[in-house]
Amino acid sequence: MSLASEELRYVYAVCRPLDAPLAADLTGVGGVPPRQLAHEGLIALVGPVPERDFAEEPLRRHLEDLDWLSDTARAHQRVISALTSVTCPLPLRLATVFRDDSGVRAMLEEGADRFRRVLDRIDGCVEWGVKVHLESEESRERPAEAPTQDKPRSGRDYLRQRRSRQTAQDESWQRAEVFAQALHEKLSRRSDDSRLHAPQNSSLSKAPGRNILNAAYLVPRAHSEEFVELVDGTKDEGQESSGLRVELTGPWAAYSFTADDPGTEGTRADGTDTGTGADQTERSR
Amino acid sequence: MTVVERREIALVDLLDRLLAGGVVIKGDITLRIADVDLVRIDLNALISSVNEQVPSPWPELE
Repeated sequence: MSLASEELRYVYAVCRPLDAPLAADLTGVGGVPPRQLAHEGLIALVGPVPERDFAEEPLRRHLEDLDWLSDTARAHQRVISALTSVTCPLPLRLATVFRDDSGVRAMLEEGADRFRRVLDRIDGCVEWGVKVHLESEESRERPAEAPTQDKPRSGRDYLRQRRSRQTAQDESWQRAEVFAQALHEKLSRRSDDSRLHAPQNSSLSKAPGRNILNAAYLVPRAHSEEFVELVDGTKDEGQESSGLRVELTGPWAAYSFTADDPGTEGTRADGTDTGTGADQTERSR
Repeated sequence: MTVVERREIALVDLLDRLLAGGVVIKGDITLRIADVDLVRIDLNALISSVNEQVPSPWPELE
């Protein structure tokens, strides 16, 4: 096997030709700087990756390895983040790999119309992530109740206490859903587009409480400051009323808004899953 | 919250975007999205299994 065949091409993003250079010390996956591959008036940001890690079989194995996945995701994000500071890139899904440059060119040629449409739609925009967490009843209310309720004297005591905790949980859950729904509607009105991600598993996120809302909003850069202020304003509101924590992340590249037609959330005609959509929020309970 | 803490991106937020977002292009090396979703589920299970269960507040009755 020749030396050339041992390297594959990892593609981070597609964008328009850059007006400003990328940081000279920027490195991507494997610690290697990405380079620009131009074709059809579009740029693919590409880096070489070893076949022993990125051929189908090793890649499948690696994706099960949280440390590897984490390192690769962070390297990918580092490149996208640098790119986002000079343009509005179209990020590719993690681990999109081609055999060689001609494979990347063919991809740009084949997808050119679609890339241009999406690049036009996200032009000048960034993505903001907004999450709402409901802190658990135990962590919020136990300190105050602890002296009298920590040790039930009988089984009946225990059941009564559990019932009242259950009722309190149901009520705070309902308040949380109303709050999250209202927040989502308010933020949707202030953004060009929005998308609901599946609620995060709290053991994976290590965030206390339960994730009620996990949304992404596409916001013009020019309106980002207002959007952030709007979200910050709701943080106190949620905290005071019922142990709800609002968390803002971003600005991100428009990762959640890369589908060609924003109207077709979920499954596209070619059968690929473009998103988890609102239906999954139902599962969170 | 310090600037450093604000800049540290949680892995879970990153994976929401990198595994559920981003353009899906059929590369030369292709993992179907279904496979990636499976990986994600395994990941959840993996992390749940290594986390200790939260102890019951009523240990004497368990």
